[in-house]
Amino acid sequence: EDLRVDGRGCEDYRCAEVETDVVSNTSGSARVKLGHTDILVGVKAEMGTPKLEKPDEGYLEFFVDCSANATPEFEGRGGEELGTEIANTLYRVFSSENSVDLKSLCINPREHCWVLYVDVLLLECGGNLFDAISIAVKAALFNTRIPKVRVLEDEEGSKEIELSDDPYDCIRLNVDDVPCIVTLSKIGYRHVVDATLQEEACSLASLLISVTSKGALTSMKKVGKGSLDPESIFEMMETGKRVGKSLHIALQKILDEEESLGTSRQKVGFLG
Amino acid sequence: RGHGTYVEEEKLIASVAGAVERVNKLVCVKALKTRYNGEVGDIVVGRITEVKLDVYQIIFLLMETNSRLDSVLLLSSMNLPGGELRRRSAEDELAMRDYLQEGDLISAEVQSVFSDGAVSLHTRSLKYGKLGQGVLVQVSPSLVKRQKTHFHDLPCGASVILGNNGFIWIYPTPEQKDEEAGGFTTNLEPVPLSDREVISRLRNCIVALVTQKLMLFDTSILYCYEASLPHQIKDILKPEVMEEIVLETRQRLLDLEG
Repeated sequence: EDLRVDGRGCEDYRCAEVETDVVSNTSGSARVKLGHTDILVGVKAEMGTPKLEKPDEGYLEFFVDCSANATPEFEGRGGEELGTEIANTLYRVFSSENSVDLKSLCINPREHCWVLYVDVLLLECGGNLFDAISIAVKAALFNTRIPKVRVLEDEEGSKEIELSDDPYDCIRLNVDDVPCIVTLSKIGYRHVVDATLQEEACSLASLLISVTSKGALTSMKKVGKGSLDPESIFEMMETGKRVGKSLHIALQKILDEEESLGTSRQKVGFLG
Repeated sequence: RGHGTYVEEEKLIASVAGAVERVNKLVCVKALKTRYNGEVGDIVVGRITEVKLDVYQIIFLLMETNSRLDSVLLLSSMNLPGGELRRRSAEDELAMRDYLQEGDLISAEVQSVFSDGAVSLHTRSLKYGKLGQGVLVQVSPSLVKRQKTHFHDLPCGASVILGNNGFIWIYPTPEQKDEEAGGFTTNLEPVPLSDREVISRLRNCIVALVTQKLMLFDTSILYCYEASLPHQIKDILKPEVMEEIVLETRQRLLDLEG
């Protein structure tokens, strides 16, 4: 009958707030508040050497920190397991070749490339972590500004890299194909999107799917102790694609709105 | 100097923030966000965490009630199926788990408070006992107003139990009032959609009142419910809508007073 405890339908998200450029000393950052879930993502672009098997591409490194502020279970080293699980999921989601244009991150094949270190910080756990994290990562990548570099060749053949002095002279990433994760939790015979902590406690199994803005599925993962019927998996995939597409549209709208306000935008940040 | 204060720059400062109460020369600060401190006669809603056997082989239940220490419910303080006049036998102790299990929610009254602050509960009346289908909302205990009765049947079609410990239980109003079972048989039939809508709306209204720091009692919840009717249930959780309906509720309550 499509009525959850807080009045939402099975495919409704909670009220979400997205804000980019909240951390000043990163190349890009974003903060997402989805109900009680609070995520902060910072992207730092640093120079590194390309990987051996992909010499003309840059790459992304993910690190997830479950801060002890989020829930008491994360005290000390309690959050490490969840952090590595989330980081591995993010690697998987972004492992598809089309998500981020890695060739644009290359400066000198085999020698220099941009490495994007994506740091995710869990400030508060209110259910549905993966969705919020993927939204924040997409927003932060959209906000990332990588300085333009010029390669100068010496007479001896050694290359020097010159960073442009102008802070506004930078390249932006194309995030049109960056996927977002949609978590579908199975409760009883139905499945819901954006589960709260209480709903997650009732659900025995969930399906995490990453969907691009065009509706293409890039990866899928099942979590939880319970089992899923193959038919219900198909249903959940269809729901996920539908919900994912509308999520991308809504997110892009907010990011474009923020962009249009430019530097005169009033930032709420953490003290608002 | 009392406890909960500290001295800074030669000024005495309280370590909690909240409403100030002055009684002659005693200044108290009633904190906004606290744990529940039990008092005899309070109604609480609690969740059973453990069924334990103590040194004297008396079975008791430990319950989570948002207090510093878990609350205690002795088997001898519970009402059993069949009325109150049965003596507890050994079979009752063995069959304990058929009545109440870990994870169940019950409503009870505070019988006494131990010296360390732990609370001892009893369900010695037919109106207390295991809770069936419904929705639990956890709020700060300081927001629940002390009233004559905490069991309310709201005219909008649902009933609510306002636990003094901040646990609020919303459930569909039962059809017949004379239950012989004393609250042990739970009705597991599916709840109709209309009742569920009322309960979801009440739950969102309570969350809205709590975010805007309004005291919870039957009138405030009812006014908030009526103010929220023009909106869709899921919209109540949006910040703008929340402010609007709570403002309306506050206005009506002020009109009521004077």
